[in-house]
Amino acid sequence: MAIDEGLKSELQKQGIFVLPFEQLYNWGRKSSIWPLQFGLACCAIEMIASAASRYDLARFGAEVFRATPRQADLMIVAGTVTKKMAPQVVRLYNQMPEPKYCIAMGACAISGGPFKDGYNVLKGIDRYIPVDVHIPGCPPRPEALIHAIMTLQRKIANQHLEKGQRPRWYDKNAASEYAIPAFGEHDLQPTANREVWQPPRDYRDVTLEDVKKP
Amino acid sequence: MEAIEKIKEIAAQAVPAAKIEIINSTPAAQQPALLVDREHIYAVGKFFKEDPRFQMDFCSCVTAVDYLPKADKSGCIEVVYHLYSVAQKQGPIVLKVRAPRELDQCRVPSLTPLWRACEFQEREAYDLYGVKFDGHPDLRRILMWDEFVDHPMRKDYVPPPDYEWEPTPHDDTLQRAVEEGGIMPPTAREELEKAKKK
Repeated sequence: MAIDEGLKSELQKQGIFVLPFEQLYNWGRKSSIWPLQFGLACCAIEMIASAASRYDLARFGAEVFRATPRQADLMIVAGTVTKKMAPQVVRLYNQMPEPKYCIAMGACAISGGPFKDGYNVLKGIDRYIPVDVHIPGCPPRPEALIHAIMTLQRKIANQHLEKGQRPRWYDKNAASEYAIPAFGEHDLQPTANREVWQPPRDYRDVTLEDVKKP
Repeated sequence: MEAIEKIKEIAAQAVPAAKIEIINSTPAAQQPALLVDREHIYAVGKFFKEDPRFQMDFCSCVTAVDYLPKADKSGCIEVVYHLYSVAQKQGPIVLKVRAPRELDQCRVPSLTPLWRACEFQEREAYDLYGVKFDGHPDLRRILMWDEFVDHPMRKDYVPPPDYEWEPTPHDDTLQRAVEEGGIMPPTAREELEKAKKK
């Protein structure tokens, strides 16, 4: 598998690229991310600005915003997710084909933001779907979104195809759908999907013995 | 437009049975309102809409205010209507109507038959405050989901517990935190051990 770096460099000068198939495959995937065209609140305005000419998301191959989840492979959760909207967001994510990724954009999407104490706002979309990149900010600047896309591209480039190291979705039988919360009498039921999200640990409660444990 | 006393007088003459009272709200608002009894709010509204002196053809805002009971007076839910006249470029006339806080008695007549603009706003007041508008054509929740049972803008509303960030969860919240594998701050752990000893 290993290629002599000197030979590789010499061949490159002649216009011949020698590289593992995986690298070529991931290069193709990461250079044409198609985001799902949907925004939930003011972060969507920054997302639109990122896609427009000034910030030009097209430079990163991610300008083809698709209006249907069936053709998209990146969901940018841009804005406040209300509890009423949350099941629809999860449903949209379920409808996207694998491999799919999710960027939670802005304070609201990652944690509920300034509305965290509200009765109607979900305290972070990562409670129901796995999030690949979190962007803080209220709203994050277009540069921050572009940085998130670049972070995601790095993540894609480092995914392996070999058996044993493959991402979960490479398995034919792996489930690609996440439980859609139901509208309860007081709150969404369940309040979080335990398969993708665990409550944050309170470090006041960590004892020395816990730290010593392997 | 005339002074509020004059408006009250005209309205009282038009609808003699109505009990109308002038409420001076907080000094900052500088906007006196007419408090009308529940039985006659529709007739008074209709009068303001149809009378050529007022022609209140536009209801710009419907909202509710929750007054908790105090030691010296009982609480109430107050529904507020802001009326303007586009035809005569005047307004607002503020109409208020009060209903008891108890959910089964918290009813006022709907003014949607007079102003279509009230439809969504009365639904919102119903959703968030639990005011039932008699005569509303389609009284459903508008912001929260249909299965929701609470009225979250009421002052005695208790939101679902957020045990993850509660520094000292107790009772039901502590139980939930333990069962669902949430965090357990030191105080919570002590509480739990105390409960176990009992």
